[in-house]
Amino acid sequence: MARLDPMDTVGHADTGAGTASAHPALGRPPVLVLVAMTIVALLTLCAVFADLLAPYGYRDQDLLNRLAPPVFLGGSWDHPLGTDQLGRDLLSRLLYATQISLGVAFLGTVIGAVIGTVLGLVAAGRRGWIGEGIMMLVDIQASLPFMLIALAVLAFVGNDLTLFILVIGVHGWEVFARLSRGAALAAREQGYAGALYALGASGWRLYAHHILPNIAAVLIVQFTLGFPQTILLETSLSFLGLGIQPPLTSLGQLLGDGRDYLLTAWWIAVLPGVVTVLATLSVCLIGDWLRDRLDPALED
Amino acid sequence: MLRHLVLTKLVRAAITIWFVASFAFVILSLSGSPVDVLIGPNASAEVIRHYEQRFGLDRPLHERYVGYLVSVAQGDFGISLSDGAPALDIVLEAVPATIELGLTALAFSLILGLVFGFVAALNRNCWIDRVIMSFAVFGYAIPNFFFGIVLILVFAMMLRLLPSSGDGTIWHLVLPALTLGTHMAASVARFMRSSVLEVLNQPYIRAAKAKGVPVLPRLLGHVLPNAAIPVVTILGFRLGDLVAGSIVVETVFAWPGMGRLLIGSVTSRDLAVVQAILMLTAVTMVIANLLVDLLYGWLDPRVRALDVGGRGRR
Repeated sequence: MARLDPMDTVGHADTGAGTASAHPALGRPPVLVLVAMTIVALLTLCAVFADLLAPYGYRDQDLLNRLAPPVFLGGSWDHPLGTDQLGRDLLSRLLYATQISLGVAFLGTVIGAVIGTVLGLVAAGRRGWIGEGIMMLVDIQASLPFMLIALAVLAFVGNDLTLFILVIGVHGWEVFARLSRGAALAAREQGYAGALYALGASGWRLYAHHILPNIAAVLIVQFTLGFPQTILLETSLSFLGLGIQPPLTSLGQLLGDGRDYLLTAWWIAVLPGVVTVLATLSVCLIGDWLRDRLDPALED
Repeated sequence: MLRHLVLTKLVRAAITIWFVASFAFVILSLSGSPVDVLIGPNASAEVIRHYEQRFGLDRPLHERYVGYLVSVAQGDFGISLSDGAPALDIVLEAVPATIELGLTALAFSLILGLVFGFVAALNRNCWIDRVIMSFAVFGYAIPNFFFGIVLILVFAMMLRLLPSSGDGTIWHLVLPALTLGTHMAASVARFMRSSVLEVLNQPYIRAAKAKGVPVLPRLLGHVLPNAAIPVVTILGFRLGDLVAGSIVVETVFAWPGMGRLLIGSVTSRDLAVVQAILMLTAVTMVIANLLVDLLYGWLDPRVRALDVGGRGRR
């Protein structure tokens, strides 16, 4: 399938995106971006190792210890971030919620990127009614608030994790399609594409092995910019109670549950919110920086 | 040329609406019978048949599809399962509140975004620019449901300055509009900033400077309007964000608009109302996009000669 591996970009100077190490073409990131990278790395570690890090199971109830405050508000170290209305340890729930939220958003963005890139390349390769049809779909999706579509699907077709991830995945494909189509059309005008064509390379080979690696930089930047949007979509839907369903938990769902306890235990709602903001803000900052570095023409 | 483009846009708009209508039909058909939801699992076969007939669920699928398209075109979405009134009426009742909130948020984000984007660009790379742009990234990254809850916590619960939910007075509008407008204001500011920077580099600005137009008239008369034009387009295409945002914000603040109605209807599986909201939004968005396309061409004569849409399709 379509590979987005930056390593695959044959000898192209401007495509080492995604790693914290200072790539020659990227230069040294500003302090703010370094902080953002550190936060993303920490959140990723928390998400991956949630099972090891969590002091309690995320469903373990301790009804004698309901709504306990976090340590910094006079709580005990038994529950460093306090407990919720059922006495469940908030730190553990936050860790698991981070795992679900970031995982779902990541998978969703990958699905959208793959669908969009493949369709965009197809639209670039086949200019006839297939290409027109694809671009028509792009326009349709771009003209509608995706949240509405997602709500309709989730509410009426039912909601399980697989479907939810797929729905989240459909979000944002149109941006990738438009970008990859435009970039592929531009790449095709370059000498190497013509040379390969003259050498008898098949369309598939030309697009998948030569054009795709050359336009990967644009797509990686878009991935970084789209990821926070996907996090926002997932958390919003879960906040509304129509995304991740209990017993699973997500940052949005935690926040939605905590809303009922704002007066007595505001931290239940605020802590997952802070984690969400840390994630989206950090990825946004990295994405902005990458975009400015790699492709100034893309700016907004 | 222009006529041809407008015609193409119109055809595309019609196809989009047809597509959404068909999508709604497919989704709702896949969802199983709404009668089960309405009367529960223990109803007798006779009762089920009665309601299936009443809602037209006993006919074959293609017949239902054609009938569905015809009635949707007539604005008839059927009756709401929950309270028996025509779905469209229920939705239209909620529309004014949504428009009130949406327009307030739009005005707020437009003023804030244009001014701050302009100021940031004029002070490029100085601390003013950095502060403004940091706020913009923040406003862009913060989920609106969380922002709304923080506002409720601070202004309604701690300071007791503003009501936390409901409607009635102008004060009820402040927090929801602020929540809804912030995300948009952030993207307007970002876009305005890069647009101003681009305009500042144009030869006609240098020409104005060379012929001795003073700074203020130059900025306000030449830079501002030229930079604001592309922002009109982005606003048009981001209207969807506003609609999506209002779903969440109305729920957070118990604002009696379409967004809250949608969540309520989705939760109670009220098919007709969800359909009506979906179609109404689609039609509004399509018309808005058309208007933006035309407005863009009208605002900027240069575009008339080129592609009216200019949405990056070559």
